[in-house]
Amino acid sequence: MANEIAKGPAAPGVAKVDPILVASGVRREFGGLVAVDVEHLEIPRGKITALIGPNGAGKTTLFNLLTGFDKPNSGTWTFQGRELAGVPAYKVARIGMVRTFQLTKALSLLTVLDNMRLGAKNQPGERLLNALLRPVWRKREAEITEAALELLKRFKLDAKVDDFAASLSGGQRKLLEMARALMSKPVLVMLDEPMAGVNPALTQSLLEHIKELKNDGTTVLFVEHDMHMVRHISDWVVVMAEGRIVAEGPPNEVMKNPAVIDAYLGAHHDSDLGADKISKEGN
Amino acid sequence: MDLLAALQSSFGELITAGTAAFVLCAIGLAIHFGFTGLLNFGQAAFAAVGAYGYAIASLDWQAPLVIAVLFGLFCAVVFAVLLGIPTLRLRADYLAIVTIAAAQVVKFVATSSAITYPDGTVITGGAEGLSEFGGTFYSLNPIPAGDYRIFGNSLTQDQIWVDIVGWVLVVICALFTYFLTRSPWGRALKGIREDEDAVRSLGKNVYVYKMQALILGGCMAALGGMVFVMNSQTVQPTVWGTNFTFTIWTVLLLGGATTVLGPIVGGIVFFALFAFIQKVLEGMVALHWLGTLSIPQVGQIRLILVGLALMLLVIFRPQGLFGNKKETLFNG
Repeated sequence: MANEIAKGPAAPGVAKVDPILVASGVRREFGGLVAVDVEHLEIPRGKITALIGPNGAGKTTLFNLLTGFDKPNSGTWTFQGRELAGVPAYKVARIGMVRTFQLTKALSLLTVLDNMRLGAKNQPGERLLNALLRPVWRKREAEITEAALELLKRFKLDAKVDDFAASLSGGQRKLLEMARALMSKPVLVMLDEPMAGVNPALTQSLLEHIKELKNDGTTVLFVEHDMHMVRHISDWVVVMAEGRIVAEGPPNEVMKNPAVIDAYLGAHHDSDLGADKISKEGN
Repeated sequence: MDLLAALQSSFGELITAGTAAFVLCAIGLAIHFGFTGLLNFGQAAFAAVGAYGYAIASLDWQAPLVIAVLFGLFCAVVFAVLLGIPTLRLRADYLAIVTIAAAQVVKFVATSSAITYPDGTVITGGAEGLSEFGGTFYSLNPIPAGDYRIFGNSLTQDQIWVDIVGWVLVVICALFTYFLTRSPWGRALKGIREDEDAVRSLGKNVYVYKMQALILGGCMAALGGMVFVMNSQTVQPTVWGTNFTFTIWTVLLLGGATTVLGPIVGGIVFFALFAFIQKVLEGMVALHWLGTLSIPQVGQIRLILVGLALMLLVIFRPQGLFGNKKETLFNG
């Protein structure tokens, strides 16, 4: 597996055979805290890559940096060979790198269908000068609506088409946000904790959707805490801790990596902190 | 107490261009706040800038009506861009702070006599303001001269003319807004109102949308300002205070911020009630029902009632008379 994706043995920053996103020296400080300090990272094209790590590892901050929602102190990154540092978020999305958010951002007081329509690209009616000229955008609007209904059906939200997004459950909002991100037919989807707060029944269908994305040729990068999910669907796993990338590799290998176990469970997880010792000290 | 007089007085408010002027400003504010979520507390300044632009162009350059109106709108666009550039990239609360301050600045600049032509005449007319700029407008009046009586209100042909033009502008702006907010462009605006980061993540240039909304709503307020001064025939700096802005807010919230019909009905109900309550309170004073209160004092009571009404509206009926309650939640 490692040979298919990576050029060398799995190690932090390893070069990929066909990278879609390449980041170098990306560093973000908040005051004295170094939130992200990624020396080198390549995301393989057409694969599902999981970004894991304990809370505070800098996963979401890295997402924000790569998608233009935050600016790094230093660093460069390219998407399909195109330099992206300093490019505003909306342009990043337009060139095919679309993200979702950890705290779901469903547009509550828009209907589910309008949420979806807003995700589409190339709607001339979104320009003020065309807005009053219905014939200019009516045809595209019909296409968009059709695509939206199809996606909603796939995500089992078709019964909610005309409801306000505010009336959806937390899990359904996650689904809506993901479906909305797909409206623009992105090249790379970045999902920030797609499973958080989703009930197990829905989790299974979400996993299927993500696998389908890969089959359609979309590259997926997702942040997740759920190891079950990571093991099942990802082709490659990147582990972050304290802002750095500490391990990379195929899921089964990475899980055995001591650096990963340390990052998740602490370096002293197997040394004895037994009750005896503590109670003795207490005495 | 003369209830008929009170009703007649309400009717007068219902048809006057003064009400139409506030409705125009409120439609503009609906675009800002109701559809885009921009907290603009300086709508009076947009109206003032439009009114002064129009008056100055008419008086000092003898500009034809169309040019004077376009110049007033141009001033509002410039004002919107100046306000928007520094604030629209920031959180909504900054725009609120800056618009309050900017409205005061506009008022003080208009009042001061510092900005003059080389010959020393004050461009804005200073504290006295400007007057007699309506010539080109009233020369177009097709209504034969005379004194008209409509349900107890005595109107000149010029008043009727400005009333008609004011309300026609309301209809045009309302239709314009109605179709805009139902277009994909309007959908993007509503998305920004809900969560601008989400809209950004979908590849929309949020900054441009917010600027367009600020300009568009500002231009409607500028038209409102022009109708307002055309009705009163003077532009005076004291008019454009926070009272003016909060009256617009009350009109908007009364009718419903996320609707197009809301500002219109809100404006009519507000001013008709305002006039009705005034007459009723005056009647009660005449009957000595209000103790020692005098007529000027009841005018203040009326304003207290407006404040109370605004509070009750936001608490109990945030959607206004027409809005969809689900679509108008103040705390998201």
